Amino acid sequence: MSDQATFNQPRTGASIALRVLLWAVLIVFAIWFLLPAYVVVGTSLKGLEEIRGGSLLALPHELNFSSWRHAWSEACIGVNCTGLEPYFWNSVGMAIPSVIISTLLGALTGYSLTKFKFKGANLVFALILFGCFVPFQVVILPMAVTLGKIGITNTVYGLILVHSVYGMAFTTLFFRNYYVTIPDELVRAATIDGAGFFTIFRRIILPLSPPIIVVSVIWQFTQIWNDFLFGASFTTGGAQPIMVAMNNLVNTTTGVKQYNVDMAAALITAAPTIFVYIIAGRYFVRGLTAGSVKG
Amino acid sequence: MTLISKTLVGALALTTALAAPLKADPTAEVLHYWTSGGEAQAVKALQEAFAARGGSWVDAPVAGGGGDAQAAVLRARVLAGDPPAAVQIKGPNIQEWAEAGALGDLSAVATAQNWDAVLPAAIQDIVKYEGNYVAVPVNVHRVDWIWANPEVLAKVGATVPTTWDEFNETADKLLAAGIIPLAHGGQPWQDATVFETVVLGIGGVDFYRKALVELDMDALGSDTMVAVFDQMRKMRGYVDPDFPGRDWNLATAMVMRGEAAMQIMGDWAKGEFAAAGKVPGVDYICASTPSENGYLLNSDSFAMFNVSGEDNVEGQALLAELILGTDFQETFNVLKGSIPARTDVPRDSFDDCAIKSMDDMVSAAEGNTLLGSMAHEIAQAGAVRGAFIDVATAHFNSDMSSADAVAQLVDAIKLAQ
Amino acid sequence: MTHPPLKIADRIARWLPQIVVAPCFAAILFFVYGFIAWTAYISFTKSKMLPNYNLIGTRPYERLFQMDRWGVAQENLFIFGILFIAFAIVIGCLLAVLLDQKIRAEGFIRTIYLYPMAISFIITGTAWKWIMNPSLGLETVVRSWGWESFSFGWTNDANLAVYALVMAAVWQSAGFVMALFLSALRSVDQDIIKAASLDGASPWKIYMRIILPSMRPVFMSAIVILSHLAIKSFDLVVALTGGGPGYSSTLPANFMYEMTFRRNEIGIGAASAMIMLATVAAIMVPYLYSELRGKKHV
Repeated sequence: MSDQATFNQPRTGASIALRVLLWAVLIVFAIWFLLPAYVVVGTSLKGLEEIRGGSLLALPHELNFSSWRHAWSEACIGVNCTGLEPYFWNSVGMAIPSVIISTLLGALTGYSLTKFKFKGANLVFALILFGCFVPFQVVILPMAVTLGKIGITNTVYGLILVHSVYGMAFTTLFFRNYYVTIPDELVRAATIDGAGFFTIFRRIILPLSPPIIVVSVIWQFTQIWNDFLFGASFTTGGAQPIMVAMNNLVNTTTGVKQYNVDMAAALITAAPTIFVYIIAGRYFVRGLTAGSVKG
Repeated sequence: MTLISKTLVGALALTTALAAPLKADPTAEVLHYWTSGGEAQAVKALQEAFAARGGSWVDAPVAGGGGDAQAAVLRARVLAGDPPAAVQIKGPNIQEWAEAGALGDLSAVATAQNWDAVLPAAIQDIVKYEGNYVAVPVNVHRVDWIWANPEVLAKVGATVPTTWDEFNETADKLLAAGIIPLAHGGQPWQDATVFETVVLGIGGVDFYRKALVELDMDALGSDTMVAVFDQMRKMRGYVDPDFPGRDWNLATAMVMRGEAAMQIMGDWAKGEFAAAGKVPGVDYICASTPSENGYLLNSDSFAMFNVSGEDNVEGQALLAELILGTDFQETFNVLKGSIPARTDVPRDSFDDCAIKSMDDMVSAAEGNTLLGSMAHEIAQAGAVRGAFIDVATAHFNSDMSSADAVAQLVDAIKLAQ
Repeated sequence: MTHPPLKIADRIARWLPQIVVAPCFAAILFFVYGFIAWTAYISFTKSKMLPNYNLIGTRPYERLFQMDRWGVAQENLFIFGILFIAFAIVIGCLLAVLLDQKIRAEGFIRTIYLYPMAISFIITGTAWKWIMNPSLGLETVVRSWGWESFSFGWTNDANLAVYALVMAAVWQSAGFVMALFLSALRSVDQDIIKAASLDGASPWKIYMRIILPSMRPVFMSAIVILSHLAIKSFDLVVALTGGGPGYSSTLPANFMYEMTFRRNEIGIGAASAMIMLATVAAIMVPYLYSELRGKKHV
């Protein structure tokens, strides 16, 4: 992609040594980043006896997927021994609409704020932007009252509302900073041709947007899927998202701590977001390059 | 349940059923934090009994040490105007919720079931607000227990200590023999549990009442309290280095496996022994922590919140009736390790530790040595309990001097009031 | 666009941008600023178990600042915040520069570095707690290799628990910082570098004098994003240390939660939330101001 960093040097002994050092550092960090994943996956495949007797880093004797099945469909969370499955679908049902709503609103708002600059647009943007940084603890109690007034407390709809609202600040930031880099001339030319607000958005802006849509979707999906505080505060029992259910499961101890099931549960809970990053990670980096988070 | 009360309930149910023939099934959303081992089994027993009577149970478990997370959910739900029907809360918290006007009145069920006759006065005080029942007690836990492994104690020729001096002596011997004297989990509430048994033992019953119940500043700042913290410092030397963050049941397992000699913990620990098939008096010994016949009481209860809808109100009444029914009191408390809240439950299925607890409770009530637990939210709740726990745990997990701890305790309690 | 008598449709069309912005803006006004106002009001009341609307002045703040636990929480936030931001930036920056050296399999390595970003703090905390468990975790493994004095039980030591938080948080976020820097490195003007290179500047010099300074905005973005993560940190403490041993590793967000929900001190909880908000504002407002003023092309 780029060639600024290689500085066509001759292959001297020093440069080879540097190359070795470079790889050494990269590999050490790779080990550090992979260690928890290795431990979690490894432990989830072991039996309880093997965990107690063996070493943390030892490979499992055999591939035993029973803890995965147990965590997914049998483990007890409170009285209900349903495993994580129903909570997984709760999270899916919560995350997908929230991601779509917040991305769509963020795109439209970002588009209005940059391509149709009205008076006070910058102030509006600054006020919205500050919403990114509000500690969520500040809003829990009033949010509870509001959800109650609307009548969607303890439902997936309540969480969709919460995540759409607080996600909007981030998506607006992404889209606004991306659209700033699109030349205004494109829009002006289209306006002269008689295209309206939404026509321009659909015909000109949207086709240019995929990189930033990817960033927005990944960011939002990760944030919403991984949320604990709102899920723990606003839902109970059957309506809980998977992150809360997983925490309940890990803290549900029956005499002996079933580390393997705990680890399998953690793995199942993290799987969707990790999957998204592995599949779309390269687009995420590319999207950032496009100017998204430059502030 | 006696035949008379059974017919009475039957008749009651029948009349209500006839009064509103097209009613929905009784429904109750139950918010609780009983998610571990014996507790979860016990809740399941209640759920089954509820379902057998045609009720539909909406389970809302919130895991996490002693209900921290549950408290958040409850606030949010009450603020939203949509509280769960039954919530596991206890001690002064019941009074505070009742004062806020959030709790329903259980007088009807209580009269029908004659609760006044079967509940001890100490328990009635907890679950009544302005003379009316607003919560249903589930059980009585005793907090001041030592759980000991006799085989391990025998290794140093010791038995379960009956004074704190003896405790220290035995512990020193164990330490010298390379055995962990005290199995402990370093979570604030566990530190506070040990702290209050030491207050009861070193300070005595009156001192406990003055300092931890009445919050008498002189008692809190006294030399006796310094002596209490001195003993806590010694206790810190008796735990193993891996103790921070350990769950209480894992500490119990250490005693079971013989890695440690003793644990100071409420009798929910017995549920763990029972689940592992251990026999009291043989595999483990239960003894009260050294004190002058003191008894630290902890009682779990379900408060019934104001709910709307016929099915919910009916669900609450049914739940209340079942919880305090003799059948459930027996099944549940055998599983959980506690003793029944009502006094007329047959003793046959309970073990020696439970029988001892029942007897001790009666004699403690007579001798006026029955005290509410601070660590478990009976004597104190909210901010004051938090202040006690803060200082106890800060002292236990640092090298703070006893004098500093006492000074900090006085400040913290003043601030919290 | 100056046909004198505007039709209704035109009028709407003219206001369309504002109309489109309105829902988002209104929602933020209500759900962010309205709620902040509510919490601010509550922080001056004697609210205990439930919100109470009778003002009592600054008493909750006075009580807040007398609490040892709050002092510890603030001190921890200071240590945690500084170290977390510093390490995440240094490591992220280093990895970005190294990955920029025409590495084979760059995409693969980048994925390894970036994946923790996908993982929630709850899971991060659970996993590291497991690794730091003294009897089953890494400590035993390394000791069995012969390094007898190796100690990794940070979560069990009141003096080290906050560093355990730092380590886990850096693990989670360093990859994201790397991605930010890598994307910025890729957009640096190639001509300047070529020119410098021809002038005989060493790669080290080029990085230190030209490339990194040109990335000042990225540094700023990284600092802002990381500091808001630090102030919001809550789940990680819950899952990794539970605030312990004692309350030695508690952070302001956990303090607020404890007061509001556990200790029936909603007034103090609200006061602590306002202090947290003020801290965020102290960092964010100057940044936002300079960003929006500084860039004339915006």
